[in-house]
Amino acid sequence: MEKEKYLIELRNLTKSFDGVKVVDSINLKIKENEFVTLLGPSGCGKTTTLRMIGGFEEPDEGEILFEGKLLNPVPPYKRNINTVFQRYALFPHMNVFENVAFGLRIKKLPKDEIVERVERMLKMMDLENFGKRHVDSLSGGQQQRVAIARALVNEPKVLLLDEPLGALDLKLRKEMQIELLDMQRRVGITFIYVTHDQEEALTMSDTVVVMNEGHIQQVGTPEDIYNEPTNRFVADFIGESNIIEAVMLEDKKVMFDNHVFDCVDTGFEPNEPVDVVIRPEDLKIVNNPEEGMIQGTVTSVVFKGVHYEMLVENEYREYMIHSTLMHPEGSQVGMNIQPFDIHVMKKEGYGS
Amino acid sequence: MRRMRLLAYPYSVWMAIFIVVPLILVLLYSFTEGDIRNLAALRFSTRSYERVLEPIYLKVIVNSFVLATISTLCCLVLGYPVAMIVSRANPKVRGMLLMFLIVPMWMNFLLRTYAWMSILSPNGFLNRLLELVGLPKLEIMPGKTAVLLGMIYNFLPFMILPIYTVLSKIDKQYLEAANDLGANKARTFFKIILPLSVPGVVSGITMVFLPAVSTFVISGLLGGGKTPLIGDLIEQQFMWEGNWHFGSSLSIILMVMILISMAIMSRIDRNGKQDENGRAKA
Repeated sequence: MEKEKYLIELRNLTKSFDGVKVVDSINLKIKENEFVTLLGPSGCGKTTTLRMIGGFEEPDEGEILFEGKLLNPVPPYKRNINTVFQRYALFPHMNVFENVAFGLRIKKLPKDEIVERVERMLKMMDLENFGKRHVDSLSGGQQQRVAIARALVNEPKVLLLDEPLGALDLKLRKEMQIELLDMQRRVGITFIYVTHDQEEALTMSDTVVVMNEGHIQQVGTPEDIYNEPTNRFVADFIGESNIIEAVMLEDKKVMFDNHVFDCVDTGFEPNEPVDVVIRPEDLKIVNNPEEGMIQGTVTSVVFKGVHYEMLVENEYREYMIHSTLMHPEGSQVGMNIQPFDIHVMKKEGYGS
Repeated sequence: MRRMRLLAYPYSVWMAIFIVVPLILVLLYSFTEGDIRNLAALRFSTRSYERVLEPIYLKVIVNSFVLATISTLCCLVLGYPVAMIVSRANPKVRGMLLMFLIVPMWMNFLLRTYAWMSILSPNGFLNRLLELVGLPKLEIMPGKTAVLLGMIYNFLPFMILPIYTVLSKIDKQYLEAANDLGANKARTFFKIILPLSVPGVVSGITMVFLPAVSTFVISGLLGGGKTPLIGDLIEQQFMWEGNWHFGSSLSIILMVMILISMAIMSRIDRNGKQDENGRAKA
């Protein structure tokens, strides 16, 4: 028995377009007030999943439960869910105020209440004096905020956001990320957020759902996803990483580059082939190259601001290293890896 | 770029000879009397304008406007749903539907009107069909109803196409957004689709009303000359009566009226937009 209450549950959700399964039996549970991000490359099915929750696509198979009740037959206009669309979709024939008031006018609320709620929402979005402005005259960030205000003014239980920051420049994006997060905490509603930007997902989410080719790859906190990726795809998609084919000699002993490393992973067969993930910042360059567990030659150095990104080549492969200390191209270096920084993953399709 | 401009000269010359000069001549004839072949002998006169005000001709003008207005409204009411259906159809069906709309336009206008004659005439297809079913005959041709039917049939595509163009360009996200915000299909139509399609409706109305108000031949063929329109009257003056002065002043009056109705239409279009802004102040 589960004690926790879930607001939304997806069960075996499947959707095909032209015979191609875009979403393939997805199962997901979303709690109240959770900030959930669906993350994945384009075409992974994240937007389709979101659109099914919003009611704009009908699932071929599977169920969507909302507060324990089947949501599938409910048309979008009756769902207690609102959406911030990718290109905002602000109504071009209405000004900012009318756009935000749209949902309330449809509900035929009294005029005073509409004015009051819209103005409160505009104030919250820092759009106080924009009511009479035409939506075409707004900047991307302002349009974005109008789109969010238009959705939130209806006080939905769930807000769906489809790559809402995609059209903004980097600086504004970062600002809006913080703003959105702050807003979510304040209004206390569930956000389901779709993005292909892994950094955005890690920054904002309580839970990240990594998707690829219609399947969920991993569900977890940003820390889990980053530190404990379940497979090669997740490790590769989230952040920079060195992914190495290795052999698990026995529990807590993994071999690659002709060297046996201590690690913390257990539960493998003797000599099972595995994938090992090492984050670039976890490869520590030692002072004396001879003392390193592995040695190599620096082949490239790029200054990245906070750190240097160096490529180190040995006879087996090339490593990417992030370090605040620069080692010039051509120099010999030795590297150490701490046991807990070695993350061993089962190979796809190998045992279970 | 400058060389490209040279390409526009032939058209400018063409325009000057065949549009500007005739217009000036029409204006000149409308304000004069005398022998039209001898420009030097023309005398200033407003007689032909005075003649326009005679009840018999005023009636023709009013008739033209009433018929044009009715047929424009009918085209709008019939054409909007068709434009909507075409714009919503899947691409294959849409292409076919558009063909059905456009192919008749490849046929000569006169031929199409003759076809309507054979349908509507007292012993035409329609009445024979009614006879077969045992219903009484309809006497719509010659008459106003037949003229109206002919006009609506001929001008309907000019209403459908601009509305279709505008409707098919409306971003589907707007409809989804309205749906998302609680609007069902009917609400979405009246609050989003209809206001966004106003430009198409305005240009559809213009494209139907203008040819409808100045049309001729249709009323002759389908109305049996019982309901002459301003276009017929002008044709009559130039071709049969030989009174170019009266024909010219009728043409000028028709032109002024068309200009006025176009000005009204464009104001409606603009007002629609202002209205939205104005309403929010309340």
